[in-house]
Amino acid sequence: MTTRGMSRAARSGLSILTVVVVLVALWEGYKVLWTALEWSWPVRPDNRTLPHTWDILGALFQPAQRNGPPLLWVEAKAASLTLREALVGFLIGGAVGFWLGVLFVRSATAERAFMPYVVASQTVPIIAIAPMVVVWGGRLALPQWLTISIIAAYLTFFPVVINTVRGLRSPETTSMELMRSYASTPRETLWKVQVPAALPYIFTALKVSAAASVIGAIVGELPAGFRGGLGRDLLQFSQQFTAAPQKLFAAVLIAGIAGMLFVGLVTVAEHRWVAASARQKTDWQTTQVVG
Amino acid sequence: MPAILAFFAVIIAWEALTRIFGVQSFILPKPSEIMTSFFETSSTIWGVGLNTLIEAASGFLLGTTLAVATSLAAARWVGFREGMLPMAIALNATPIAALAPIFNNWFGLTNPFSKIGVVAVVIYFPVMINTTRGLLEVDPAELELMRSVAAPPSIVMRRVQIPNALPYFFASMKVATALSLIAAIIAEYFGGPQDVLGQYIVNRAQLFQFPDAWAAILVASLIGMAFYALILVAERMFMPWHVSLRSIE
Amino acid sequence: MTALVVEARGVGKTFGSGPEQTQALHGIDMQIAPGDFISLIGPSGCGKSTLLRLIGDLASPSVGELTVNGKTPGQARLDRNYGIVFQSATLLDWRTVEKNVELPLEIMGFESEARAVKAQEMLSLVQLDRFAGHYPWQLSGGMQQRVAIARALAFNPSLLLMDEPFGALDEMTRELMQQEVLRLWQETGTTVVFVTHSIPEAVFLSTRVLVMSPRPGTISDEIPIDLAVRRDEDTREDSRYFALITEVREALRRGERGTKT
Repeated sequence: MTTRGMSRAARSGLSILTVVVVLVALWEGYKVLWTALEWSWPVRPDNRTLPHTWDILGALFQPAQRNGPPLLWVEAKAASLTLREALVGFLIGGAVGFWLGVLFVRSATAERAFMPYVVASQTVPIIAIAPMVVVWGGRLALPQWLTISIIAAYLTFFPVVINTVRGLRSPETTSMELMRSYASTPRETLWKVQVPAALPYIFTALKVSAAASVIGAIVGELPAGFRGGLGRDLLQFSQQFTAAPQKLFAAVLIAGIAGMLFVGLVTVAEHRWVAASARQKTDWQTTQVVG
Repeated sequence: MPAILAFFAVIIAWEALTRIFGVQSFILPKPSEIMTSFFETSSTIWGVGLNTLIEAASGFLLGTTLAVATSLAAARWVGFREGMLPMAIALNATPIAALAPIFNNWFGLTNPFSKIGVVAVVIYFPVMINTTRGLLEVDPAELELMRSVAAPPSIVMRRVQIPNALPYFFASMKVATALSLIAAIIAEYFGGPQDVLGQYIVNRAQLFQFPDAWAAILVASLIGMAFYALILVAERMFMPWHVSLRSIE
Repeated sequence: MTALVVEARGVGKTFGSGPEQTQALHGIDMQIAPGDFISLIGPSGCGKSTLLRLIGDLASPSVGELTVNGKTPGQARLDRNYGIVFQSATLLDWRTVEKNVELPLEIMGFESEARAVKAQEMLSLVQLDRFAGHYPWQLSGGMQQRVAIARALAFNPSLLLMDEPFGALDEMTRELMQQEVLRLWQETGTTVVFVTHSIPEAVFLSTRVLVMSPRPGTISDEIPIDLAVRRDEDTREDSRYFALITEVREALRRGERGTKT
C-alpha cells in the first residue's frame, strides 16, 4: 500500500492512526503475552499496574473527583494552563536566544567571552535551579505562573542560541562578499541574507525548545504545588495510583498530547516560513542540540 | 581568555554587590557563603551527587544500548525503519519526563530503577534518531563502491556505515550526558528517596538554605562537566582521525 | 587620455604573519582602460582571484598602490562602482529571480517601482524575463549565472569583476555564456576583468590577456588579442584564434618555468 497521491494532511492523519494502533497493540499484546507466560519483569501485566487501554480512555470521561466534571475536561484545562506557561517561556527564551545569537555573530569578543558559559549551561542541570527560582519568584511577589515561565524560558534559550549562530554563519562566503561589494551595512546584511538563511536552523531549534519548555513548565509547577497545572495533577494522581491507576495514565497521555500539539504548532509555522528545500537540509538536526 | 576574565569579573561583582547592598542569603547568597557551604557539607553533597550520578549513568548506558540496537535494526531493515522512525520523532516531542510518576508506581518510589528508566527513555530518542541518521546518510558513491565489489550487508555496515555514524553518535552522546543528569533530577522531583541531588536541592530551597542549595548545584555542574569530558575522551579514542566538527560544540 | 579604470603599481599581498606567511602577489603593475575586457589567466595558486578581490576591496593590498576609477578600492566600493559575479551564482534561494536582481537596488535605496522596472530590464537583457517569478532552484546552472550577471549589472556599474563565472558549467553552456557576456559587454560598454582557467575562453573574450605565474603571483606576460571586435562561432575556427591560444599557452609555460619575455 502506498501513500502516493494522498494529500499531506491525509498522510499525516494516517500515520498518526497507525502509530496509535501499533502502540495499543503493543500494550495489550504485552499484557496478553506476559500474563500467559506468567512473567512479571520489567512491568507486571495485571490490570492495576497496566490498566487496559480502554480503561484508561474510559477514565477520561469519568469525573476526576466526586460529582465533578470529567477527567478529560479537567486535564485539558490543566494542560492549557501549563501550555500557556510554556508558551510564554518559549517566546521569552526564543527571543533571548535569538538576540544572543545575533550578538555572538556580530562580536567575536562577546562570543569568546560568553559562549563557553552558554555551552556550560547545558552541562549544569538547570532544572536543579527550578526550586530556587520558584522561591525567588515568591519573594519578588511575581505571579507564580510567570516564575514557571522563566524556568521554561531558561530551558528553551540554549538550542536557539546555538542554532541561531550556526544559521547566521551558514551563508556562503561569496554571499557575504556580495553584500560587501554592495557596501551594505552590517544590519542590512543581517536581515537580508543572514537571518533568512538562519530560519531553517532556528525553527529546528524551536521545535526542540517547544518540547523543552513544556517539560520546564511541568517541572516548575512541582516544587510550588502549583494549582491548576499538569504538574500537580501528575503528583496527585501518582499518589492515588493504588486506588485508580488509570487516572495517572490518562493524565500522562494528556500531557504527551499537549507536548505534541505545541511542537506541531511550531512545525506548522515552520512550513509557512521555511521553504521545503531548506527544511530538508536541517530537519535531521532536530535532535542534535537537545533531545 | 576573555571567558576566564568574564568569569572572575562576575564573581567579584557578585560578591561585592551582595555585600554592599546587604542582600540576604535567601535572595542571593554571596559566593563566599556558597564556597563555605561547599566545603562544609562536602561529604553530604558529593554523596547525594554520586547517587544521582549513578541513576543518570545507568540510565545513560541502558538508553544508549537500546538506542544503538534499534538504530542498527532500522538501518538494516527498511520496513522497520519506516514504521518506527516517524513514531520516534513524534514521541520525542512529548514531555517524556512526565513518565516519572508512572515509573515510580511501577517500580516503587524507592527503587532507583524508577529514575533510571526515565533517564533511559529520555535519552533513547535523540540518540536513536541521530545514530540512525549517521548510519543512513552515507555518501552514495561509497555505497556504489561497495556494490561494485559485491560486499554483503554486514561488511557494508561494519566498514562504511558504522564509521560514518560515529560522529553523529558522539554528538548525540554529548547531548545525552547533560540530558541524563537533567532527566535524573526531574525524575527525583516527582518523589523518592531523599538522598539524591534533586530532593536535596528542593529541601534546602524550601528551608531557605540557599548557600547549601547552590553548593549542591555546583556539585551537579561539576559532575555534568566530568561526564561530558569522559565522552570527549571516548570520542578521541574511537575517532582519532576525525577533526573536531566545525560547528560550535 | 581617458582616466584608467584600474591602475596598479607594485601591488603585493601577503597572507598571515611570521614564518607561516604566504606571499600571494608580488610586484603587480597593471593598467586597465575604460571598455577593456581583461582576462587574468594562470595556474592554481597564481593569485588571480586574490588580485580580483583586491580590486573589489574584498581584501586589501599589503604593499603598493591600487586605484579604481582614480579612487581607493574602498571608496570605489562604497560608491558602488563595480558589480561582481562569482563561480557559484550565489543567488538567495528564498527570493524569486526578480527579487534577487533587485537586491543591490534595495540596498542602494531605489524605490520599489524603480527597482521592479530595472529588474525587468536586466532580465530582458539576459533573456530571462519569462523566469522573473521563478526560484533559483528551478533554473539550470547556466540560467542562474545569467541571473547573477543581470544582478551585477543592475545598477549600471562601470566595472564588472568576474571570478571564473563559468567554471562550474559544461562546455556547451560555457560557449553560449561566453557569447552572452561579449554581447552584454558591447551593449553596456562596461569594463570587464575576468578570471579564468581556460585559455580558449580568455582568448575568445578579451581585448588583452594577462598571464600570471605562481609563487609568488606576478603578471608574467601581457598578450593583446587582435581578433575582430565582433566574435562568434566562426571566430572559434579562425586560424588567428588558434595562434593566439598557442601564444597564451606558451606564455603560461614560460611563466611556470620562471622566465619572463
